[in-house]
Formats: sequence, C-alpha cells, structure tokens
Amino acid sequence: MGRGGSRASPAAAAPPWHALPDEVWEHAFSFLPADSDRGAAAASCRSWLRAERRSRRRLAVANCYAASPQDAVDRFPSVRAVEVKGKPHFADFGLVPPAWGAAAAPWVEAAADGWPLLEELSFKRMVVTDDCLEIIAASFRNFQVLRLVSCEGFSTAGLSAIASGCRNLRELDLQENEIEDCSIQWLNLFPESFTSLVTLNFSCLEGDVNITVLDRLVTRCHNLKTLKLNNAIPLDKLANLLRKAPQIVELGTGKFSADYHLDLFLKLESAFSGCKSLRRLSGAWDAVPEYLPAFYCVCEGLTSLNLSYATVRGPELIKFIGRCKNLQLLWVMDLIEDRGLAVVASSCNKLQELRVFPSAPFDAAEQVSLTERGLVDVSASCPMLESVLYFCRRMTNEALITIAKNRPNFTCFRLCILEPHTPDYITHQPLDVGFSAIVESCKGLRRLSVSGLLTDNVFKSIGAHADRLEMLSIAFAGNSDLGLHYILSGCKSLKKLEIRDCPFGDKPLLANAAKLETMRSLWMSSCSLTLGACRQLARKMPRLSVEVMNYSRGACPLDSLTDESPIETIYVYRTIAGPRSDTPACVQIV
Amino acid sequence: MEIDADNLSATELRLGLPGTSSGDDGCWQKKPSQPGVGGTKRALDDTRSEASGTSPAAAAAAGDDDHDATAPAKAQVVGWPPVRAYRKNTFQAAAAAAKKAEPPQQQGGGGGLYVKVSMDGAPYLRKVDLRMYKGYRELRDALDALFTKSSAGAAADGGDQQQHAVAYEDKDGDLMLVGDVPWDMFVSSCKKLRIMKGSEAR
Repeated sequence: MGRGGSRASPAAAAPPWHALPDEVWEHAFSFLPADSDRGAAAASCRSWLRAERRSRRRLAVANCYAASPQDAVDRFPSVRAVEVKGKPHFADFGLVPPAWGAAAAPWVEAAADGWPLLEELSFKRMVVTDDCLEIIAASFRNFQVLRLVSCEGFSTAGLSAIASGCRNLRELDLQENEIEDCSIQWLNLFPESFTSLVTLNFSCLEGDVNITVLDRLVTRCHNLKTLKLNNAIPLDKLANLLRKAPQIVELGTGKFSADYHLDLFLKLESAFSGCKSLRRLSGAWDAVPEYLPAFYCVCEGLTSLNLSYATVRGPELIKFIGRCKNLQLLWVMDLIEDRGLAVVASSCNKLQELRVFPSAPFDAAEQVSLTERGLVDVSASCPMLESVLYFCRRMTNEALITIAKNRPNFTCFRLCILEPHTPDYITHQPLDVGFSAIVESCKGLRRLSVSGLLTDNVFKSIGAHADRLEMLSIAFAGNSDLGLHYILSGCKSLKKLEIRDCPFGDKPLLANAAKLETMRSLWMSSCSLTLGACRQLARKMPRLSVEVMNYSRGACPLDSLTDESPIETIYVYRTIAGPRSDTPACVQIV
Repeated sequence: MEIDADNLSATELRLGLPGTSSGDDGCWQKKPSQPGVGGTKRALDDTRSEASGTSPAAAAAAGDDDHDATAPAKAQVVGWPPVRAYRKNTFQAAAAAAKKAEPPQQQGGGGGLYVKVSMDGAPYLRKVDLRMYKGYRELRDALDALFTKSSAGAAADGGDQQQHAVAYEDKDGDLMLVGDVPWDMFVSSCKKLRIMKGSEAR
C-alpha cells in the first residue's frame, strides 16, 4: 500500500495511513479515471473497500447476468448513474433467440428500492417494458438521464410516463430501439413548465409526432443541445425548429428528403446559417443532392458526421464531405466509393473514426466501387485515425500491410469482407499475413474483427502479439482447434470473444477453461462443440455459466442427450449470481 | 413452456438453408404470452422479424421487392454480413420508398423507357431504353458502343472518348450533367440524352 515515503517524520506527527477517515479515501478515489482502477483499489484492503464502494457514483454492469441487481445495490449504495448491458453482441445480427432474456425489470425494481436518488439509467440490448418506464418515472425524484440503446419491449405509452413523470429530465436518448407505436402523443405530456431538456433523441420512433408540440418544447427548452428527429418530420418543419434552437450542437435530421424547391432550399440554408454551434450531424438522408449545399455554412464546424443511413451518392456528397475539414468522426455508406474516400483522405486530416457500411449487403450484383484502395488512402493521410469499421468486397495482404505501417495507432480495427472465405484477390492467398501485420504494428489495438480467408496462422499472430486486445470477432475462419487454442492461450487482455462458423472444437476450450474466467464472455456458434465438453467445462468452472442453445431440438432436455451430441451455440460468461432462471426453452444452462 | 402450434413457420429464424426441413424450432417461434407485453406487440414483432430479412424464409415471405434480385443466387446465411437488423430495415425501407416514389411518367407505359440520344456532330439520333441498364456505367458503355462507329472520323486521336460529356434534359427542360443523382431518380426524370464535346461541356 505504501506509496513510498512521504515524510521521514516519526509516526506520532501524522496519522498512520489506515487511520485516515473514509472521506479522505473517497476524495482520493474520485480522481481515479476508470472503474477498473476503483475496483483494484477496493480489492486491496477492507477500509479502502468500504470507502470506495460507498462513494461510487457511476456503475457499469457489462453483463446483466454477471451479478444480481441486489448484489449491485448492496455493494454500491450511493450510485447515481447506472448502465446495464444485456444480450450478447451477436443479438444485433439475429443470432440470439428473441426470448433469450436480458429483462430490465429486475434492475429497475431493485434500483427503485435501493437507489432512490438515482439520476441516470442506461440500458443496452435489453428488454425494457412500459412497466419499467412507469416505475422509473415514479421512483426517482431527481431522475435526469434515460438512455436506451438497441432495446425493445416498450411503446409510446411508456414514453408518456417518462414525459409526464420526470420533472427534472435532461436527456431522453433513444438509439435504435424497437418501439411500438400506440399512437399516444407522448410528446404532449411534457408539462408546459418543463424546460430542462438538453438532449432529445427520438430518431428511431416510427410514428408521427405533433409538430406544434415539438416546436413549443424546443422553444421553451433553452438548454437544448442535442435534437435528433425521426422520419416523420418534413424538411420545412426542420427549418422552423432550427430557428427556435440555434444553440443546437448535435442535430439528427430524420428523413431529409423532398423534391427540390428553391424557396425551401433558401429557408433551410438560412436556418442552418443561424446554427453557429452545430458540431454533430446525422440523419436518414434520401436527400436530393441539390439540398446538400444548404449545409455548406455548417460544414467547417462539423466534428461528427453520420451519414450511415443516407442513400445520397455522387459528386454532391463528396463535395459536401470535402468541405468538412474538421471532421473527427465519419460514418458513411459505401456509396461514397474509393474516389469519395480519396477526398476524405485529403480534406479531413483530423479524422479519428471512420465507418463505412454496405448499401447492398445481400446483393452481390449491386457493385459499388469501394475497395481496399479507399481504406489505404484514408490510413495514409489521416494521422489521427484510430478506429475503423469497413465493409468491402475485396482486400489484399499488401493493402493491409500498408495500412498497418501507416497507422500503428489503431485501437479498433474491424474489417468485414462481405463474402465469407474471400482470399487476397490478387494473390489468392489467405489474408493471414495482412492481419498479422495489423496486430504486430498496432500495439494499442483493443478491438479487432477479422474476415476473409484465414488459416490458423493468423490466430497464432493474434495470440502472440495482440496484448491489449479486449474484444475479438471471428467468422468463417481457421482450419483446426489450434486456431482457438492460440487465441485462448495468448491475448493477455481478452475480455470478449465471439466466434461463428469456425472449425473449432472441444479440446482448446477445455484446455483453456481457466482463461474463460478472466474474460467477460465467450460466444461460439456453428462451430464443432459437443455437449460433453460443455458439461465438463461447467463442472470444472463453477463460476462460469455455460448456456447452450440448440435450435433444432427446441425444448428437448439436455439430460436426455449424450455427450457426443453436437451443440450449435454456447454462450459462456463469468458470474457471481449463479445460473439464471429466466431462460427460454431453447436455452439451457449446463 | 408451451410451444404454440399456431405460430407461423414464416416467422421462424433458422440456421439452415431455405428448403431444409425445420425440425422443432420451438424457441424461435414467438411465444403467445410474455410478461408485460400485450397481444398487439406480437403481431408487430412478427412483421418486424420478417422485414429484417435475417432468415431466408422470412425474406422471401416479406416479399422483398426492393432488390432486383429477389431470389439471390446464393442462400443467405443467418446474421451475415453482420449488419444490424435496424440498419437493414431502414435502408431497405428507403430503397423501397425511392422506387415507389418514382412517378409513373415513363413513355410507352409499363415496359421500356425510350429516350432520344443526340450526339454533337452525328448525322442522326438514336434511341435507348433506360430501363435496360442497371446503372450509369452500363449506360455509358452502351452509349460508347452506339456512337463509336459514327464518330470514328472525329475520334481520330483515341483520347477523344473521355472528353465527351453526357448530359440529359430533365422534366423541367433543364440540361443536366448525367451522374449526379441516384440512378432511379435519373431514369424517372430523364427526357432526352445529349452527348456533348468536352470543350462545350465545361
């Protein structure tokens, strides 16, 4: 515990370390930047544990089943902000059965009971019901921030409860949720006296919204900084709203589309020119390119541009992005093509994060000219680029090697070559060498997704070199058990591993069972696992929960199956809460 | 838990290729009752899971008409490429809306969309069917093929081809450069094509 001698004076003058009051330690801990640092401090001795847990204000539960809600409330009684994540990442792509679990209700109920002073609640990939929202609205008198990301299970009725019940609400942030539209005008339920809103994001809502009510809300909330609209707001109304909220910093335009009319163009242009603080822009732009120049006045100030739902293409798009010289974040569709990325490379030198999404992921005939060339250009000219998500149809080892050499500062590199097993299109070799270059060069890499034709060799490199890697996604890769073994026996910092359609079997899993307890979770689907291995793993590692999903057998009880039965999917995670009791029929805990 | 036999098989998400037998996919079928969720939510979920196209069966059932290739040559693998269902929904919806928004103003109703093509210096005009092409590249290739023979004299120095700009007259009568707007929008608004010499086009 000693931090080296402070004073050489005898013990009588200053109180010994262990007699310092808790408040001193609480104050000291408030400077620790990361929860993991606080956790480490708490683990060193009882008094620090006591001080740390009582002063913890923010809690992030990365796996809602790793601990029970009551555990969390008991350990951290003074929490003001909680974030809970539920379903595994692959739920985003339909690989997790719909009724899998991740109900927010137990967390909401425990919070209502144990954290009455709670101010912020954030759920990701969980099932949040209208009841949950009603409880939230009724239980926390100083509730300020509600953030729901990729959740489902609630409707506009629940939103009404939030609007009418949360007097001090600052942020209502709904990102990519499935919200049922009950045709309840929930926006109307914000009282006239309500003016505290800073963030309003309802971009994922499908239904109509009363524009007049929205206008009044925007007008009276003078601190509104983030406004993200849904598709129901037409362009001319957007212009009106902007005039009421010129202080806006982040804007989501919703559906930016209309036939071109000069007067509407001028109206928009004028409205945007009043938004001097606008820094972040997003929206589902089916825009006629003729409207893009209306934004030119804000381009210079933009630091973040999310056009990943925009079907705009062509020279107008490129001209627009080329004016955004201060961009730090750019999300686009592959409609930007290589030539657009070349412009990004030359114009946006402050770029830190680039994501390029596929416009026609299932239609191989719809070819867009986006290749490895675009990524090479951007990596060469954007010195601050550290995070990439790139969907494309072809790649070469040479390109990857060049990218690795250009950008050793990558922290996140996710490459998705759309067709599985695609080799280097020039040499027809696997892309092992390319990805190895990435992990060898990018010493700070924390997240990696690999794709294309890959053998076990790439995993040898990853296991050996990717010391800081925390999350790894693998699909249609590897040739044998060795691949998985390299990963699990290496990758010192690995927290999340998700694998699909790889020829990995029981042996490396069992040989590296202990590793799994150092990780948050492991997902393996369509690999070569058997039930026997799952049983052994569960027996060997009591603090892991081994969930098995067998789709074709439905509710068939595991007990009746032999050890040799193949398993389609396993999801393994460490937990102190024991096996959960809310599994659907096709999910069984071994 | 009971498995509701009335559940439609079209809402099943499967790992298998289309046409393989389903087996007892109990867990993938929507359960009739779920704590805290009303009956209407079920129906909505079913349509959503159909529209998200994460399974071959569901995609066919939803009748995707926004891709020209409604029955792709390869079977779709569930959950690949790793694109969020939310993203797929919105892009497909946008593409579908764009197609539906095309005003049915084509000449010769229903089938082809023939427009005149004039080239500066060429003795006579041609006609092309815009619906024959999937995009600008194909159109350009076709125009090259149509006009290389007649302008053989003018294109003596080989590099001349690239200096031609293709413009079109839209429904407002304005002369526009081909290539700015999405293809579908171009097809619906193009009335005439004109191939101009490079010097004029700038």
